[in-house]
Amino acid sequence: MPDLQQLRAEAEAAIGAAERASELEDLRVRYLGRKSELTQTLRSIGELPPEQRGPVGKQANEVRRALEALLGRRTAELEAAELDRRLAEDRVDITLPGDPPLPAGHLHLVSQIRRRMEDIFLGLGFSVVEGPEVEYEYYNFTALNHPPEHPARLPQDTFYLAERVLLRTHTSPMQIRAMELQQPPIYIVVPGRVYRPDTPDATHVPMFHQLEGLAVDEDITLADLQGCLLQFARQMFGEDTKVRLRPGYFPFTEPSVEVDVSCFRCGGSGFVADERCPTCKGEGWIEILGSGMVDPNVLDYVAANGYDNERVQGFAWGMGIERIAMLVYEVPDLRMLFENDLRLLDQFGAGP
Amino acid sequence: MRVPVAWLRSYCDPGTSAEEIADALTMAGDKLERLYRTGVGDVSRFLTGRVLRVDRHPDADRLTVCRVDVGRPEPQTIVCGAPNVAAGQTVAVALPGAVMPDGTELREAKLRGVASSGMILAEDEVGIGEDHFGILVLPGDLPVGAPLAEHLPIADEALELEITPNRPDLMGVYGVARDLHAVTAAPLAEDPTARDAEPAGDDRAEDHVSIEIDPEICLRFTARVFDDVRIGPSPLWLKQRLVAAGQRPISNVVDITNYVMLATAQPLHAFDLDEVRGSRIVVRRAGEGETMTTLDDVQRTFDPEAALVCDAEGPSGIAGIMGGQISEVSSRTTRVLMEAATWVGPNIMRTSRTLGLRTEASARFEKQLHPEQAMAAQRLAARLMVELCGARMLPGTVDVYPNPLPPRVVSLRIERMEKLLGEHVEPERVDGILERLGFAPRREDGRIAVTVPPWRDSDVQREADLIEEVARVHGLDKLPTTMPSREQAVGRLTASQRLRRRVEDLLRDRGLDECITYSFTSPAAIERLRLGETPLLRLGNPLSEELSVMRPLLLPGLLDAARHNAAHGRPDVRLFESAHVYSPALPLDGAGPGSPGGASPARERHHLAVLLTEAAPGGWRSDPRPADFFAARSLLEATMEVAGLDWRVEESGRPFLHPGRAASVAAGGREIGWIGELHPLVGREWDARDPIAAFELDVDAVVELTSDRIEAYSDVTSFPAVLQDIAVVVAEDVPAARVEDIVRAGGGDLLGELRVFDVYRGEQVGQGRKSLALRLEFRAPDRTLTDDEVAERRAAIERELAGIGGRLRA
Ligand SMILES: [Zn+2]
Repeated sequence: MPDLQQLRAEAEAAIGAAERASELEDLRVRYLGRKSELTQTLRSIGELPPEQRGPVGKQANEVRRALEALLGRRTAELEAAELDRRLAEDRVDITLPGDPPLPAGHLHLVSQIRRRMEDIFLGLGFSVVEGPEVEYEYYNFTALNHPPEHPARLPQDTFYLAERVLLRTHTSPMQIRAMELQQPPIYIVVPGRVYRPDTPDATHVPMFHQLEGLAVDEDITLADLQGCLLQFARQMFGEDTKVRLRPGYFPFTEPSVEVDVSCFRCGGSGFVADERCPTCKGEGWIEILGSGMVDPNVLDYVAANGYDNERVQGFAWGMGIERIAMLVYEVPDLRMLFENDLRLLDQFGAGP
Repeated sequence: MRVPVAWLRSYCDPGTSAEEIADALTMAGDKLERLYRTGVGDVSRFLTGRVLRVDRHPDADRLTVCRVDVGRPEPQTIVCGAPNVAAGQTVAVALPGAVMPDGTELREAKLRGVASSGMILAEDEVGIGEDHFGILVLPGDLPVGAPLAEHLPIADEALELEITPNRPDLMGVYGVARDLHAVTAAPLAEDPTARDAEPAGDDRAEDHVSIEIDPEICLRFTARVFDDVRIGPSPLWLKQRLVAAGQRPISNVVDITNYVMLATAQPLHAFDLDEVRGSRIVVRRAGEGETMTTLDDVQRTFDPEAALVCDAEGPSGIAGIMGGQISEVSSRTTRVLMEAATWVGPNIMRTSRTLGLRTEASARFEKQLHPEQAMAAQRLAARLMVELCGARMLPGTVDVYPNPLPPRVVSLRIERMEKLLGEHVEPERVDGILERLGFAPRREDGRIAVTVPPWRDSDVQREADLIEEVARVHGLDKLPTTMPSREQAVGRLTASQRLRRRVEDLLRDRGLDECITYSFTSPAAIERLRLGETPLLRLGNPLSEELSVMRPLLLPGLLDAARHNAAHGRPDVRLFESAHVYSPALPLDGAGPGSPGGASPARERHHLAVLLTEAAPGGWRSDPRPADFFAARSLLEATMEVAGLDWRVEESGRPFLHPGRAASVAAGGREIGWIGELHPLVGREWDARDPIAAFELDVDAVVELTSDRIEAYSDVTSFPAVLQDIAVVVAEDVPAARVEDIVRAGGGDLLGELRVFDVYRGEQVGQGRKSLALRLEFRAPDRTLTDDEVAERRAAIERELAGIGGRLRA
């Protein structure tokens, strides 16, 4: 019969001194395994005289539980230390850069502005429609009340592909196409590419973008035009923006108006920090679009589809998207917008 | 149009500054482009003076030393170079510190050793003429030392106005004054053309000249005859007005024609009547190739559309544009024929454009003047001829006016005007506005019958035109701000627009940059893509060969953009463009004059193209991912996922793609795009290095194919799926898509998702064979699948594979 207390002391010392999980496993086998003294003792309890069986069994079980608990604790301690060591070895130079992210992409400046405009007018109840860029002279000029001798029809101002076939010079032909397709009322905006044979320089390029607007209904007034464009200007340029209508001239609107907005850079004062404002050239106002009430002659071309010029009336406008992009982003040269230089395009957010 | 402010004020002076006048005109539609100051700077440095003595300069023969009294205690010593300076003259003097019209500042100076404090002025030096030959000698009764500006118009302002094509009347100062009168209600001086000169003598104009016209090109031709004409310089006031308006004074007769044009917008032409051969004027179209030397000493050749003014022997001027050297007024001229004609605007514009010759006259005639304006201009010119040239006006006007135009009367409904403007304007105010503009309104019930003055006839012909007149003068700033009631307006994007936005956003969010490149390209670029056989839409009048055809695909624009960025330090790019491409459809020359009924002349499709020169950038622990086929395909897959379209790639080359790495994109039984790596030789044409991956899709086709797609719920949660990985060994030349098809055929309805996740080649599968690892997902909507059911499917897949010489690997 071994001395259980001595056995316990010996085992506890050995377990406390162990430094590896494998040593602990060996100790578990040695002190608690099938062939260990303790197990043997428990197994041979039946051979003891009856009065000793209880106390010895109790004591042996106590020692067994104590050693099992100690082994468990010690194992956890060693595993924790092991992990700490491994983590210490895993140390990195936290000052190195992170993995290169896929760089953020960008919509083109013109697309960003186009979408902002579309969204504003969608909110005002206008649908977005699009049309062909290779266009008939009929839609581009004739039905828009340009007399046959109008200078805009000359090849100096219009790209021709054939007799009576051209690249549209404005988005306005979609006014006629849309009214041929849809009876009044009609509320549309038309974004798209337009073309003019201008040799490229800082303010001219042979291809640019416009956003056309058209609203025809029974009771649309010039005052409504002012209201719509004021809403647009406030959302586009800021809540304090003011709108000014000036008389103008376009063949397909009557009355025609030019629309100015108060300068969003100088707030309309004409000055930025005592210098003449570069955006409005000191005028306090910026011309942003041409507009007016749809000319009765234009409605006559689509009279068969319900556009009786005594019964319906409306307004139309056309604005240059690049012009707005240049104003808003202070881009100095129109040509830069079509070079697709990422040094330029990457400057301007991801777009709406 | 440059309007001298002092001249304008002489007709209508609202008593406000030039800036305020400009603002008022701008808000009436006559937009100010620029406000000029003309003449000298600070007028206080310019005085009248009297020459006390004139001595020869000791060291310079051509200079004199003058003592000039300018009202100061001591006379000024001024060195002068003019030959006509003499003691006793009253002259114009600039003192040191004066700023001359050219902006230079006058300083005390030593001229050949003699100190000079000031300058005795010539006409051009105070901006009132062009004469620099001698000093300006003023009337002797002027006080000495008086401010010069009180006696001479030495400083003025001028408004550069942007004149719209519908307002030829604003090409004259009086026309601008009339608009200023209309908006400010400041009094308007009598029309300068109201009164005529008194004729004298018994012989009549028609005794001295005969005139014939072609009424197709000339609406009216008037001519008056003056004799005893004394050619000489114009008076200072007239010279100053011309100079302030930007015209060079020449001689009194020529100056009168220019002055009347600037005042009234009606150009005139003065002939030396003695040089008009045959005393006869014929207005006709030019013969083909006919030539003439114009006043600017250029020989010009005409086509038969050009209108010429001829005498008995040949052309003497281009109608409405420029006179000829023959019968030009000269210093010897004594008899003048004054022409004021009305030409057909579009004809003048056409000839002016054809010749590349735009003049003050053509700029006015091309906007279509009214025949009444010709006679009005004759009246003002006649008074000036008599007053300034001492001429005698012969009685009578030779007036060829075959089809006189009756005055136009247009009806204006007050109710209609208010309905269009959305604003109430008092009828009395409407009358007042129209009257101030020169219209004659007559109230009838509910409407106003308005007689249109001749100078507004080309612009105001309908009710809408009158409404515009009222609105612009009443003031657009008074307009209320309202919104359309728009009961039936709902703003929305079309399916196509929504899809494009989603796809463009997707590509942006995957790190691509959107480009916008020109819709035109060069035939050479198409050749470089080895697409020389493609039918192209060609511009008739391209800016250059580089921009002469409409592109049939987006790729060349993106290649150009990649090259531009590579040349500027960014060789690694990920780009896309979303735009139209163009190809011929109908025969273009078949277009008729009427409505094409919604047809489009060309075949235009909306394409989306992607171009990568690098798939993802590298870092310190990873290499960059090259822009290969599968980098592009990953983006294509994501795009198609967004579109929700069933699609596949099919082996099919493109001449510009790597022959082993090119495919068509197909869906719904049609080809809707291509994908591949660029052929290295094509890439080299754009100075690009390998590999470059790209794809291009017909977005319109994608929209068409997805338009009737209905998305509906399928139950994937009630019963679990069974996942199985299999390895399929097939010959190397069997494409993965074929294996997928076969597996699907075997898997039947129970097979859901299916994806190749690995490809292995090596000893274990043998030479010329490959192993594809596929993950299969089996599921049934109504039950949990049993192992037996899945095993059955697997066996079926194995049988199907045997048909293509494939087997399952354990
Ligand atoms: Zn500003």
